[in-house]
Amino acid sequence: MPDTTVLDGVAHEPGVAKPDPILIADGVVRRFGGLTAVNVGHFEVQRNTITALIGPNGAGKSTFFNLLTSFDTAQEGSGTFDGKPLRKVSPHKVARSGMVRTFQLTKALEGMSVMENMRLGAQDQPGESLLTAFVPPLWKSREREITEQAHDLLHRFKLYEKRDDSAGSLSGGQRKLLEMARALMSKPTMVMLDEPMAGVNPALTESLLEHIIELKDEGMTVLFVEHDMHMVRRISDWVAVMAQGELIAEGPASTVMQNAAVQDAYLGAHHDTDLGEDL
Amino acid sequence: MDILINALEQMFTPATAAFAIAAIGLNFHFGLTGLLNMGQAGFMLLGMYGYAISVREGLPMWAAILVAMGAAILFGLLLGWPTLKLRGDYLAIVTIAAAEIVRYVGRSNTLVEVTGGSLGIKGKDYKGPLEDLSPFPDERITVGPFTYHGSASDSWWLRVVAWVLVALFLLLFWRLSNSPWGRVLKGIREDEDAVRSLGKNVYWYKMQALIIGGVIGALGGVIWAHGSAVVADAMGRPTTFWVWTILLLGGAATVMGPVVGSVVFWAALSLIRAVAKAFIPESILPSTAIEPFGLMLVGIALILLVVFRPQGILGNKKELAFHA
Ligand SMILES: Nc1ncnc2c1ncn2[C@@H]1O[C@H](COP(=O)(O)OP(=O)(O)OP(=O)(O)O)[C@@H](O)[C@H]1O
Ligand SMILES: [Mg+2]
Repeated sequence: MPDTTVLDGVAHEPGVAKPDPILIADGVVRRFGGLTAVNVGHFEVQRNTITALIGPNGAGKSTFFNLLTSFDTAQEGSGTFDGKPLRKVSPHKVARSGMVRTFQLTKALEGMSVMENMRLGAQDQPGESLLTAFVPPLWKSREREITEQAHDLLHRFKLYEKRDDSAGSLSGGQRKLLEMARALMSKPTMVMLDEPMAGVNPALTESLLEHIIELKDEGMTVLFVEHDMHMVRRISDWVAVMAQGELIAEGPASTVMQNAAVQDAYLGAHHDTDLGEDL
Repeated sequence: MDILINALEQMFTPATAAFAIAAIGLNFHFGLTGLLNMGQAGFMLLGMYGYAISVREGLPMWAAILVAMGAAILFGLLLGWPTLKLRGDYLAIVTIAAAEIVRYVGRSNTLVEVTGGSLGIKGKDYKGPLEDLSPFPDERITVGPFTYHGSASDSWWLRVVAWVLVALFLLLFWRLSNSPWGRVLKGIREDEDAVRSLGKNVYWYKMQALIIGGVIGALGGVIWAHGSAVVADAMGRPTTFWVWTILLLGGAATVMGPVVGSVVFWAALSLIRAVAKAFIPESILPSTAIEPFGLMLVGIALILLVVFRPQGILGNKKELAFHA
């Protein structure tokens, strides 16, 4: 069972304040034409925890991710990450400030090798600026560090043997793994994973879950979207539930599953959803 | 035999080098970054005007080169600023239009004092400084089957300068494309959002690529101008189209692709013309139709290329298919 001690005193209700939030969203509204895809009154993510964001298809989870990472702009609302405001910050700056994300539709850079994908994830490579690029001695040593770090991560994600293959030759599940490993190259403080387990085979899912728990042990904060409730139960300290753009429940996995509104939302959306053994 | 020697000559003309240079510029745009610059001829023409006008007005050669480069930088900033935040097709539309605007403005009568209107700027107004630097004698020199003037206009000296410049830009492309900077550009070519999510300022990288490729294109224009003249209509849409053909023929994203493409392109065009002239009777293909006929074949070749060998002669299919 995940350790939830820091969140023990926190009420099990949507929008509740956390003792030490790293990410705060307030009054975030995103409409597409007449459709309100996201309308979240208040949401906080506790630092150094694993928080799952769940909800039926079309609930607005990915859109909410896009808003938090500045890949999309909200019509209303504000947010802070690690104390710094998020509104009108460009996405690359959000990433630089330590919040990196993956995408539901995997974005492996298919024409590049697995290794080049990984190297691209690193920060502080002086050779990425045009003038320095001319002078290899100025960036070769950093390149060696990056390569070493990439090797470590590729070992952990069982992709080391594939390092020289083009990312386009990887399977769907392997691309998910690559995308996550690549995101970790920047040594982020918070990772946002949009369905990291989708399409990954059960044996790898196990190790992926362990990786996610490791990230927390290393001090990172994880917010992830996942449909498989068994996975959510296994690793999350806290679960937030979205339905029709709104945050309808929060709490530890076991409590949230019992919540009538959550059951309604899921059953209303699709009757065959497996909410785990408590249902 | 003459046909072959002529084709061989075509391989190394200043024009072939100039197009190779322009294609190296486009390789920064399209090959490395995936930018659809459909106005490379506009960059070339601006370089030609920038250089020729500066020299004519009495600036020293180095300053004229800086003016040519500066014009390309401004043009790049102007085109990139509104379009590089948008989807790729917008840059294509804006560049094709902007290059035509440069040509129209250049050939218009209102600016005839500056640009020479549709007649352009004569070689004697701007070719002097480069020719004065020539270490070769001021006479015709024959080496094997080739005879050119030592220093003037379409000369040995210009050939040396042009191909040294080609070599320098190849080196530049090789160095930059194999650096972390080049890696970011390749990432952008594959998927901008992924690169953004990794903390890179995609817009700024695209701007850098657009400007570098444009400046190289402008310098290609300067070389071209030394081999012929500064005439706006020589730098219309067909020129941009040839630069694209050359790049795709040689292999986008490869270091040597633009050079191989340019050499093969011009040699092939000269062969086609000569063969058509020699073997197709005047009644079927009048001599005035040979030029368009050759270019039509180029068009067909480009289509076949994109369909059957999108990676070009040197390219690697895995790295770059035609996926704009
Ligand atoms: N770019 C867009 N334009 C118009 N509507 C959109 C756009 N993006 C999302 N939507 C709509 O917003 C709603 C929320 O979509 P979103 O992708 O955020 O759902 P989700 O919770 O991630 O679903 P899933 O679990 O299926 O991934 C959906 O109704 C979707 O149709
Ligand atoms: Mg989604």
